[in-house]
Amino acid sequence: MLKDKDRIFKNIYGLKDTSLKGAMALGDWDKTADLIAKGREWIVEEVKSSGLRGRGGAGFSTGMKWSFMPKAVGERPHYLVINADEGEPGTCKDREILRNEPHKLVEGALLASVGIGAHACYVYIRGEFYREAEALQRAIDEAYEAGMIGKNACKSGYHFDMYIHMGAGAYICGEESALIESIEGKKGQPRLKPPFPANCGLYGCPTTVNNVESIAVVPEILRRGGSWFAGLGREKNTGIKLFCISGSVNTPCTVEEEMGVPMKELLEKHCGGVTGGWDNLKGVIPGGCSVPVMTKGMCDNALMDYDGLMEHGSALGTAAVIVMDKSVDVVRAVTRLSRFYMHESCGQCTPCREGTGWMWRMMERIVDGNATVDEIDVLQDVTKRIEGHTICALGDAAAWPIQGLIRNFRGDMEAKINAKAGNPAKAAE
Amino acid sequence: MNSATTETFAFTAENLEKAKAILAKYPEGREASATMPLLTLAQRQNANWLPRAAMDVVADMVGLPPIRVYEVATFYTMYNLKPVGKHHVQVCTNISCLIKGSDDVFKVCKKKLGVGNGETTPDGLFTLQEVECLGACVNAPMMQIGDDFYEDLTPETTEKVLDALAKGETPKAGPQSGRKGCEPAGGLTTLKEEA
Repeated sequence: MLKDKDRIFKNIYGLKDTSLKGAMALGDWDKTADLIAKGREWIVEEVKSSGLRGRGGAGFSTGMKWSFMPKAVGERPHYLVINADEGEPGTCKDREILRNEPHKLVEGALLASVGIGAHACYVYIRGEFYREAEALQRAIDEAYEAGMIGKNACKSGYHFDMYIHMGAGAYICGEESALIESIEGKKGQPRLKPPFPANCGLYGCPTTVNNVESIAVVPEILRRGGSWFAGLGREKNTGIKLFCISGSVNTPCTVEEEMGVPMKELLEKHCGGVTGGWDNLKGVIPGGCSVPVMTKGMCDNALMDYDGLMEHGSALGTAAVIVMDKSVDVVRAVTRLSRFYMHESCGQCTPCREGTGWMWRMMERIVDGNATVDEIDVLQDVTKRIEGHTICALGDAAAWPIQGLIRNFRGDMEAKINAKAGNPAKAAE
Repeated sequence: MNSATTETFAFTAENLEKAKAILAKYPEGREASATMPLLTLAQRQNANWLPRAAMDVVADMVGLPPIRVYEVATFYTMYNLKPVGKHHVQVCTNISCLIKGSDDVFKVCKKKLGVGNGETTPDGLFTLQEVECLGACVNAPMMQIGDDFYEDLTPETTEKVLDALAKGETPKAGPQSGRKGCEPAGGLTTLKEEA
């Protein structure tokens, strides 16, 4: 198990003072000016060498993303945008950073901005996180007051401003180009790529969009060195990560662990184990609702990192581990997710706008036992007509949980259909 | 929430100051960015819902044709386009809450308030709504009322929260189970060395 000295988020539960003074006592804002003085290139290289991959779900190298920004700042200013539109069902880690570790985010935003040549940062927080936004605003105000950010941030000569922009209830705004549209005052509908935000993002200017957790770990990486972070976890899956474990465990919680921790160990050490014991496990969605559900057999030996979960046909996503014991109706659970995607489709692309509704209605027929067994194949076909046919990944994300269900729990779907006596669809056969 | 508010809308002097501060967050020429925060400000001033008159005022302030603002107001679910109760009770029923018993929480709300999904009690005190994931999954099941989250709910504690609000009290927000936040119930498993 990860040692406490190697944890980045020492106040993730908010049990200690969360103010600037408290944060400094725990090591935040320590010689930040020295880090800034080392310069843009050093910061990017250090983050690259840490192996940090984006913590919002896609897992793209953070340092690499920063290096895509134009080397020199031209007429168009550079922007850092922090994605705090946390809304992937099962995911609640960024909330804890916003309310309990806000200074890590403010300091990280400053350092990341130096790394990409930005002097302004917008944090896009989902509208429902009103109290969390208040907590971050308090930290921003404190940092301005103390001269940590503003005209001469940490007396480094660097000018840096940080603003909060609140969302208003749209999951799709977690997609980076939809998020940019939303900050510009429009409906959150994703843009076609290319051009990518590094060339043409917010207000048509070079922009980097990073997840809250990715930014919040930057100060510690720079202070302790990229090699320290890279020494934790496994190759290509380095460092530490916040896991939020919900559902059928005895003590659901959010916890910081080393990448690659075995799933069983994660659940048993921190969450009191699966309710009713490991053998009562039905399945796990290991990375937020968009990734395929795994069977118990897969969970037995799964390692919690990008490659470890890919081996089992699933993904780390946001590291939101949703546990289902044998009392949970896994078909109904995935049907609930289908309704979610139907609700959250932005309506721009026909396959997603229409298809998410089709999929949900077909799932409802299966849950209620009103379908025929061969409709499962039709449903699989529908998912394939949505996946890969839309501007953004919401269509894919809607298709994958159903594909995972069909692949791993087809028997449960068929059982529901076969169990219903007097099924009108079957009577017609 | 009187009918007059649907006809005209004007920001209060205090909110006009706030509106100025909001507009100042964005670069010159990018006033459209203030659309969402100004709609939110207008809604908070107007008993938590947005009449068209308020959208028109916002459109004027950010220099957009009104239709652009209507598009935004109708796209995002948090903008209420018709009056809602004093307490907007939003119950999450997504996957983590579903597993931990949100069916029962929602049932208790319906029974207690005597209304269905999306409906407002006759006294205008409560609007009940089933919502998508609110991002407090390790504290499931949960609901949001106003700006606050009520977490780790049981049918009993749900009822208590609603009772308190009906009596005009302010129930304590956060987990109703005794834990502070997202730490494991029954004792920390990490961060114990220096505590």
